[in-house]
Amino acid sequence: MGRVALRGLLAVAVITLCLFVFGPLLWLASQAFATSWTYPNLLPDGLTTRWWKVVLDDPALGAAVQNSLTFAPLTVLISALVCLPAAYAFARREFPGRRAMLIGLFATNAFPKMGLFATMASLFYALNLMQTVLGILIVHVIGTVVFMTWIPAAAFASVPRSLEEAARDAGAKPLRVFFTVTLPLALPGIAVAAIMSFLASFDEAQGTYLVGAPDYMTMPTQMYSLILNYPPQVAAVFSIMLSVPSVLLLLLVRKHVMGGHLAEGFQIR
Amino acid sequence: MTTQAARATDGLRITGLVKRFGDRTVVDDLDLTVHPGELVSLLGPSGCGKTTTLRMVAGFLAADGGSIEIEGKDVVGLPPERRPSAMVFQNYALWPHMTVFKNVAYPLRLRRLPKHEVTDRVEHVLGLVNLLHHRDSRPATISGGEQQRAALARALVQEPQLLLLDEPLSNLDAKLRVKVREDIRELQQRLGITTVLVTHDQDEALSMSDRIAVMNGGRIEQVSAPDELYTDPRTEFVAGFVGQLNSLPGRLVGGRLVPEEGLLTGVRPEDVRLIPVDEPGASAAGHAPQDRLRGRVVRVVPRGAFHELVVEVEDRTLHSLAVGQSLPVGQEVYVDLARPLLFRDGRRLQER
Ligand SMILES: Nc1ncnc2c1ncn2[C@@H]1O[C@H](COP(=O)(O)OP(=O)(O)O)[C@@H](O)[C@H]1O
Ligand SMILES: [Mg+2]
Repeated sequence: MGRVALRGLLAVAVITLCLFVFGPLLWLASQAFATSWTYPNLLPDGLTTRWWKVVLDDPALGAAVQNSLTFAPLTVLISALVCLPAAYAFARREFPGRRAMLIGLFATNAFPKMGLFATMASLFYALNLMQTVLGILIVHVIGTVVFMTWIPAAAFASVPRSLEEAARDAGAKPLRVFFTVTLPLALPGIAVAAIMSFLASFDEAQGTYLVGAPDYMTMPTQMYSLILNYPPQVAAVFSIMLSVPSVLLLLLVRKHVMGGHLAEGFQIR
Repeated sequence: MTTQAARATDGLRITGLVKRFGDRTVVDDLDLTVHPGELVSLLGPSGCGKTTTLRMVAGFLAADGGSIEIEGKDVVGLPPERRPSAMVFQNYALWPHMTVFKNVAYPLRLRRLPKHEVTDRVEHVLGLVNLLHHRDSRPATISGGEQQRAALARALVQEPQLLLLDEPLSNLDAKLRVKVREDIRELQQRLGITTVLVTHDQDEALSMSDRIAVMNGGRIEQVSAPDELYTDPRTEFVAGFVGQLNSLPGRLVGGRLVPEEGLLTGVRPEDVRLIPVDEPGASAAGHAPQDRLRGRVVRVVPRGAFHELVVEVEDRTLHSLAVGQSLPVGQEVYVDLARPLLFRDGRRLQER
């Protein structure tokens, strides 16, 4: 009796979970192919690929995709160049204000974003950064600083010092030790940080809209105008397109990064 | 004559080495000489400064004073990559993202040797440590003993003027430890590498070393050959740390203990002889009965080839080793103490 009840409960839990995970996705997918979908019908009124054509034929779309695919990698690159040395310093060196700075990094994410961008906007006007690629990149990089510092710092910190010392002992100068031992071992963590930064930049809409619109539209900001001008089916199509890079990257992470051979071959007592 | 003079500075020579952490002096005015081709162990309890000393020799820690000479050249002030020493780390510190071959080849690649020479030399050392079959394995996929040999190979391939081993066997299980220590010793003697070995295990030190430096509280108490260290300890600490020791206050006079301020008598368990009081002729041997120590066997611990007997003498317990026939618990015995070691304030008095 008890066992049956338990299994029933478990089944309900699993179904509920599936509903929460797959329900919205299913709804989104159906919506993207619906001619129309009116309350109180449980199913779409008919199926069509018309909305995909609307989106794909929109001349603004091409530009938006291109912008998104330019800004996101550039953001990751700049963020890495700025943050990785800082991450290494946080992991390996003691310096005054270290803890305060680590906590302070979170502050950039603690404020409501719109408030931060609004105050930044006045600064950007003064510096002539509005409607510029540089302005957009600055906004994007700010959104990635936490990922690009904290995760790689943890990755650097988890490289055992004796592995670096063994390289010094074998005759390598500090810079070579970094590139042949520390960096390769921290790479999985850095890759995760890069992917999260890419996605953060790819999805960034508020700041990009404020600084870049209407000259520089990215996929998320373009979605705003599509939602205003078209029926909901178009938004659904666009959402699916927006999620493609995320899904691809996550699959890539699963395949190549999760292995984590950091602890391998290293006996910790 | 000139070779003789050069010899004196060969090997490793440490003089007046000092290291402080904050206001704690962890290595205190330490002197040590290791002759070419010799293996010297730094033996001492945990926390006495062995690793700290070794890391100063390797160059990972800056000394606060003193000099370190390797093959006659002062290396204090040189970074680790420019010192002619190679170290085997306690946890092996193999690079997990490289194969065994690449781990061992790393030091040679840095020296920009031609590729075929790198391959030849790496394969040669891998052969020496019997690891050729794991040439292309990752460290994670080989056993602890094999990892240890890989780490040793990575040190040997550098043909160092000084080999440093930090507790090289502590991560191996007991069975393997005995075999590996023989292997390391055999290889070290065959290649004639000047070696410093750090260990807290007296068996390890006794079985592998030409000489042993016993460390205590950041200082070296005695440097001697293994046998001499046991039979001729210069301090109470050394006598107690290397081998077992019964400590009795006072001095032995005609078979009895006479209390005396600051004096202490040490006797090895194998020098504690027990004679049952009811044995015929027991009282005939040596002194008159009233002049002898008397005790009672309280515990018998079988140790395989011998028995360890715990004897209560007055209010003290003594340990004794008995080969062959053991005695029953409760047996009343005369206790004869041979070859006593006499210490005054911890230092050995040279009388026997
Ligand atoms: N980086 C350090 N900072 C402060 N104290 C240290 C440091 N390294 C070692 N010590 C202290 O120095 C003493 C000797 O350490 P160590 O050389 O590792 O001992 P051993 O190797 O003989 O066990 C210990 O008491 C240890 O706590
Ligand atoms: Mg140690």
